[in-house]
Amino acid sequence: MRRRLYRHVAAAPGEVGRDAAAEAVGISRSLAAFHLDKLVEAGLLAVSFRRLSGRAGPGAGRPAKVYRRAEGEHVLSVPPRSYDAVSRLLAEVVENAGLDRELQAAAKAAGAAHPDAVAGDLVEVLRARGYQPFWDGETLRLNNCPFHALAEEFPALICGMNLALLQGLAPDPWSPAMEPCPGGCCVAISKNKGR
Amino acid sequence: MTAFHLAQVNVGRMVAPLDGPELADFVAQLLEINALADASPGFVWRMVDDEGEDATGFRPDENDDMLLINCSVWESVGALRNFVYHTDHLRVLSRRREWFRRMAEAHQALWWIPAGHRPSVAEAMRRIAMVREHGPGPLAFTFRDPYPARARTVQASGPASDVPFPTTR
Repeated sequence: MRRRLYRHVAAAPGEVGRDAAAEAVGISRSLAAFHLDKLVEAGLLAVSFRRLSGRAGPGAGRPAKVYRRAEGEHVLSVPPRSYDAVSRLLAEVVENAGLDRELQAAAKAAGAAHPDAVAGDLVEVLRARGYQPFWDGETLRLNNCPFHALAEEFPALICGMNLALLQGLAPDPWSPAMEPCPGGCCVAISKNKGR
Repeated sequence: MTAFHLAQVNVGRMVAPLDGPELADFVAQLLEINALADASPGFVWRMVDDEGEDATGFRPDENDDMLLINCSVWESVGALRNFVYHTDHLRVLSRRREWFRRMAEAHQALWWIPAGHRPSVAEAMRRIAMVREHGPGPLAFTFRDPYPARARTVQASGPASDVPFPTTR
């Protein structure tokens, strides 16, 4: 249940109140509040206070507690592995060797070879890849950047690779475009309208 | 308003002449991407040659007729970073190796200028030379090692800057 609450809040594009979280998971408000605060204690969620009523000033009531995904990253690996150190080294070598095109070609091919992508269930593909997709009208926005730390360090290389990967995962008629989602991925995906 | 603006320069060595087929896609996108920069939040100015459209007429190194320069001014590191990496400019950037050779030495520099100042080609090239000779520092730095503007470091008690200057890498 705590996992379901975490998933709901982490995948939500904005902050989530206790009522909304309880409703989404199908439990009582007080039970949701208990588990949400446990997730905050664990550092997985961050909390702030906001008036949900839209009213302000005296008589507007106490601000409600709202939750969002915490900034930090947590990796659990048993036994210990350090793929991040390896990926950083590899990225540096690829960047210094100027192998952008080779990386993009491999990323696009890997995306196109994804079995769910072949089956055409794009939302499920993106979810499985950690993008935390959500619909914004007819556009799919990506609430999470799966390559965040690496993309910060090697943006041209990694964001270029990511764009190619998404082009492979979301072939025609889907069209990935550069439309950054705050705190998430820079790419948004919509149906190609004869562009 | 900030008293300081951020100047940016980068140079690139073309794989083939600007008017050849190899560079055709690059040239074809210049107008659109420059217009995107001009309209981006925090854009202040960009260097143009006598033709007035872009900077492809400049050859910043007289001994190297394949070297192009790109120089612009922005309100903050964040505004520049947003344009470079988070807009359609990234589409062009991700194709950089089709058009420009990988340079082993530093090929870009960022530095703070008084608002209103317009850098010259020579000034911009001196900043790249600083990064090459001394590594990133307060007078010439890179995205990966940003330095705050002088006024901001002095006014330590002032309001938090909109530009995140990471203390660690």
